Amino acid sequence: MTVTAVLDVVAGVCLLGGALLSLAAGVGLLRFPDLLSRMHAATKPQVLGLLLILAGTAIRLGTAVDITTLVLVGAFQLVTAPVAAHMVGRTAYRAGLFRRDLLLTDELAADRRNP
Amino acid sequence: MVRGRDRLLAIVALTVVWMLLWGVFSWVTLLGGLLVSMLVLTVFPLPPVTFAGRLRPGGLLRVAIRFLTDLVVASSQLAWTAFGGRRVPHSAVLAVRLSVRSDLHLTLCAEAVSLVPGSLIVDMDRAAGILYVHVFDVTGPADIDQFRRDVRDLEERIVRAVGSDAEIKLINEAATAGSTSTVGGSR
Repeated sequence: MTVTAVLDVVAGVCLLGGALLSLAAGVGLLRFPDLLSRMHAATKPQVLGLLLILAGTAIRLGTAVDITTLVLVGAFQLVTAPVAAHMVGRTAYRAGLFRRDLLLTDELAADRRNP
Repeated sequence: MVRGRDRLLAIVALTVVWMLLWGVFSWVTLLGGLLVSMLVLTVFPLPPVTFAGRLRPGGLLRVAIRFLTDLVVASSQLAWTAFGGRRVPHSAVLAVRLSVRSDLHLTLCAEAVSLVPGSLIVDMDRAAGILYVHVFDVTGPADIDQFRRDVRDLEERIVRAVGSDAEIKLINEAATAGSTSTVGGSR
């Protein structure tokens, strides 16, 4: 096998893996029981999924101009995804938009009652 | 003095982003980047978050490798749960107290914890250095203890990668205190 063939296979595996994780995120979004659980599906597998897709794309394109842009997309994804997740999660918790019966323990509620 | 160093670091970082956006190195993009970052920092001044630590290549490598393995393992677990059977996954909201209390350290730990699937920062107590984490798919007390240990290990790795000497001393003290105290009373 030539180097290009190997690179094509690696890129293909990355792209398929990323697509599969994004699909799992979508399925989880539909199937998980409450908002906080869904946040896990909405924000997390998609981080690795996006990184894999970016890696696959970078291998296929292989030019410096494109790769620098892809690096930036990945970096900003890593920096901003937790912020978005935190904002939604915090709002959901404070508004009570989650199923308390699914929580094994809730130490935030305990600390908020007697700070 | 410190303020000046922070500004310089911010200018360098913004210039790098600018040049990555252009994708080619030339003196025009370099000068343009410097100009744009100085303008941005003048119009939107940064809050005073100071980096007091030191970058340690070995520690950084350990953080990166462990982060990537965590990401892969946890993503596959979450994907498995998403496709899996009809079982309703339970969760828990845990309070985890960090040993080091600087704003930058709190941010780094919170970022790392929330990037790994299965844990989401719901709230935090900045003064006390407590992260309130929503942990997904918990089956029992063993999982909860394990998660607390994981977060503390993560904190230790981050401090050993970018912390100052004083912060490393704090972590070492916390580690010895943690190993002697009872598990139930610590959090």
